[in-house]
Amino acid sequence: MYDFSNITSWIHTLLMSFLPEWATLLIEFVLIGVAILALYCILALFLIYFERRVAGAFQCRLGPNRVGPFGIFQSIADMLKILIKELIYLKNIDHFLFNLAPFFVLAASMLTFACLPWGNGLQVINYDVGVFFMLAVSGLGIIGVLLAGWASNSKYTVIGAMRAGAQMISYELSIGLSILTIVAISGSMSVTGIVEAQYDGWFLFKGHIPALIAFIIYLVAGSAEINRGPFDMAEAESELTAGYHTEYSGIHFGFYYLAEYLNLFIMGGIATTLFLGGWMPLHIPGWDGFNAIMDYIPSVVWFLGKSIVVVWISMWFRWTFPRLRIDQLLKLEWKYLLPISLVNLAIMSVIVALGWHF
Amino acid sequence: MNSALFVTILVTAIVMVGAALLIAWLLAPRSFNPQKGEAYECGIPTRGTSWMQFKAGYYLFAILYLMFDVETVFLFPWAVILREVGAAGLISIAVFMVILVLGLVYAWKKGALEWK
Repeated sequence: MYDFSNITSWIHTLLMSFLPEWATLLIEFVLIGVAILALYCILALFLIYFERRVAGAFQCRLGPNRVGPFGIFQSIADMLKILIKELIYLKNIDHFLFNLAPFFVLAASMLTFACLPWGNGLQVINYDVGVFFMLAVSGLGIIGVLLAGWASNSKYTVIGAMRAGAQMISYELSIGLSILTIVAISGSMSVTGIVEAQYDGWFLFKGHIPALIAFIIYLVAGSAEINRGPFDMAEAESELTAGYHTEYSGIHFGFYYLAEYLNLFIMGGIATTLFLGGWMPLHIPGWDGFNAIMDYIPSVVWFLGKSIVVVWISMWFRWTFPRLRIDQLLKLEWKYLLPISLVNLAIMSVIVALGWHF
Repeated sequence: MNSALFVTILVTAIVMVGAALLIAWLLAPRSFNPQKGEAYECGIPTRGTSWMQFKAGYYLFAILYLMFDVETVFLFPWAVILREVGAAGLISIAVFMVILVLGLVYAWKKGALEWK
């Protein structure tokens, strides 16, 4: 596989050759910020378009097809439109918290986004406790959601925020436990370590049955964590208008929309990293010719491809299953998913401790 | 290096939200209408404030979440060295897990997991 750190170290040495160290670092940090920002916005625009086309396909209609060929400029047009909408502030809101909430939501989602392994040597934040860090910063988004609902001072938003809070904290347990299952088998919390441990086979295949169960639990709990799919209780349109962001308008609402779609991609990216081998190509032990051909496909293509497939599965959920009620939602987590993931973790730890893994 | 990158991404997120708000503030129209300041409530004026006492059920789930989340935090370092500690580590963590699962069973029997 081509190692992308060659490019980054080449840029670093080039800049160091004629600039002092602080200027080099400054330029690099600005470049990283711009790159992440551009990637974030392009992915969000793509995912919004993709979701609308997928929804169209599932409902036997066309979806957006007017702006540009196959409607590919539709989400760009929507972005420009949302920027010129009025920002409405209500009379009785808490202005400070109302303005603060989108910062929390976007910062949490962007920090998690920066931890994803994009390719061989292409990763921004690479802590030794990578997956744990991801779990921690993505939890910050809950604060933003609760603040948004509370600060709006409207009945719909408060109920929506409380429901979203209860749902997101509940499903974070299942996410944590299914991540723990993979940490147990790989013996590493660093994202790079987990991906490199899957060189000879993805964890979905070499983790026996527990990894498969953990993958399914992750998909269900991940969809619930990002308030989507059959679990969009927080913004159940028929009962709560738009849930916690009812009173947000214009670009304020756009931030939540952006974060929702990026969280969808982050969910797919984490599932890819943990279960589907990250940027590792598909290797079948023994088939050397096949493995060599797979190695020619760049690692970025592998990561993006697998993530988009997981995202597509999540969209399939959303347009197939009916919405759950809040009591059914909490029952599903606390009486089914949590006990199942605890037992699953116990089975996995027995397998690992007794050395029955590959 | 990682901490500097962490700060970089955090600043990027804040700059992005700030810049988008600034662009919207420059481009967006502003009009005044007393009706616009009302909270959305299907056409009728809203009664009273929404900052009031709330259903205790959410609080129960938050407490239970706290218990299990702290458990997950304790399990992460154990999971990393699971191969080295082997069966001895497995037994000692099993004791810890049993105590926690007893807590879940107690909450279940008491009806704390029911949504009333």
